[in-house]
Amino acid sequence: MADFRDKVVEELQKKFADKVEAFEDNTNESILVQPVALVDVMKELRDKFELPLLMLLTGVEYPEEFLAVYQVTSASNTNRVNVKVKLPKHKPEVPSIVSVYPAANVQERETWDLMGITYKGHPNLVRILCPDDFEGHPLRKDFKG
Amino acid sequence: MIKTQEISINMGPQHPSTHGVFRCVLQLDGETVTNITNHTGYLHRGTEKLAEARTYTQVIPYTDRLDYIGAMLNNTGYVQTVEKLMGLEIPERAEYIRIILQELSRIANHMLFVGCYALDMAGFTGWMYTFRDRERVLDMLEMVCGSRMTFSFMRIGGVPEDLPEEFFPALRSFLDDFPKMIEEYNGLITGNEILQARSKGIGVLSKEMALAYGVTGPNLRASGVNYDVRKAEPYGIYDRFEFDVPVLENGDCFDRYYIRVLEMEQSARIIRQALEQIPEGPIMAKVPKVIKPPVGEAYHLVEGTKGLLGYYIVSDGSTKPYRLHIHSPSFVNLGVFPEISKGHNIQDTVLILASIDIVLGEVDR
Repeated sequence: MADFRDKVVEELQKKFADKVEAFEDNTNESILVQPVALVDVMKELRDKFELPLLMLLTGVEYPEEFLAVYQVTSASNTNRVNVKVKLPKHKPEVPSIVSVYPAANVQERETWDLMGITYKGHPNLVRILCPDDFEGHPLRKDFKG
Repeated sequence: MIKTQEISINMGPQHPSTHGVFRCVLQLDGETVTNITNHTGYLHRGTEKLAEARTYTQVIPYTDRLDYIGAMLNNTGYVQTVEKLMGLEIPERAEYIRIILQELSRIANHMLFVGCYALDMAGFTGWMYTFRDRERVLDMLEMVCGSRMTFSFMRIGGVPEDLPEEFFPALRSFLDDFPKMIEEYNGLITGNEILQARSKGIGVLSKEMALAYGVTGPNLRASGVNYDVRKAEPYGIYDRFEFDVPVLENGDCFDRYYIRVLEMEQSARIIRQALEQIPEGPIMAKVPKVIKPPVGEAYHLVEGTKGLLGYYIVSDGSTKPYRLHIHSPSFVNLGVFPEISKGHNIQDTVLILASIDIVLGEVDR
């Protein structure tokens, strides 16, 4: 899988320069994208690399930062890429990718609801699992129920 | 002058056709639905948050309560993710036991789907027939683990117990009767004129839309995309079995219904082969007493009953998952429900919702 990832990174860097780089983790399938380039990178992944299925959209809170995690996969072979975006602790904000993958609509709402990552440009960013008057984001590590 | 006015009404949360506690607001122009707004979360129990305070083994029972109709698959998906994280190989016999139980669970789910689909258009008889047969599957699963619904049977590293002696004759006689059951369903339900008239051409989900909305599983294959992760990227030992992936083209309610009947036949085919090949041997791998996966992450997809079920686990090297995310197929598939219902009648939305096959435990988690 690392081969495909490296090919993707090489191609994307031609267009986005240092806004895209390989992300070293144990999966060897991840790339790190700057928030400003996310929507365009997603478009490239969908159209040029033929990865039409958004199979994962979530967020992880690390001690120093938030990571927005996406996985896009192919529906005909085993190609896939994990896209990761680093977000600062004080303001986790990332552009919405609903315009590229409509599947992101409910999943971004869920991640905002539970993790508190704001998806800029989302058409309807309201709570989806917790009640409307709920306060806080339960999956944050500092959340007290 | 006669004026018309759009009205909105609630369907659910306590409505039999929502198959659980799901509410949607239907925007109606006469009897035609112009828009639908989904409201979920009535069954939200915070599984992902709970998991962060449990050890890896303690999470297994929570996975039962996601898709409680095909719980074996949820168990397997979770333990396989942890095994992937730990780089654990599990014994042959355990793999075969897992395959048999997973496919039985799939058959139980699809039988429930077929019966409820008939029931949703007032075909009570069809429901009786599938539930009669589903009972036999549940009895077998009960023999294995003592429970009919929340099995918690899979363990990290294998399975806790071997299949009991009485399981095999029961399974063999079930498989012998199985073709007859399918014949009955096809005669009684699939071939029913009312069912055909009411579901053909209703709620058409195009291939492009299905992919864009991330729809997976039988729903995606009913729209003409040949993507089954058991074939595309075999996990466990699925690569050892011969089976076909049924693909239908129209993407309407009828195809979404019929593909599940076809899938049941393939599941039975897999079980027959597994039953022939199953070797003797240990059922548990050597697993440390305290499960501490190395630092890292794993994302693992299994072909669940409703679609691709994914577990994303981030480990910080401790005994508890640092983060567990469940990619739930029902939740994602439900996102396309408003889109394919627009322009249909109220009665048809009931059918469209039934054809998507959601389970609220998995939607709300």
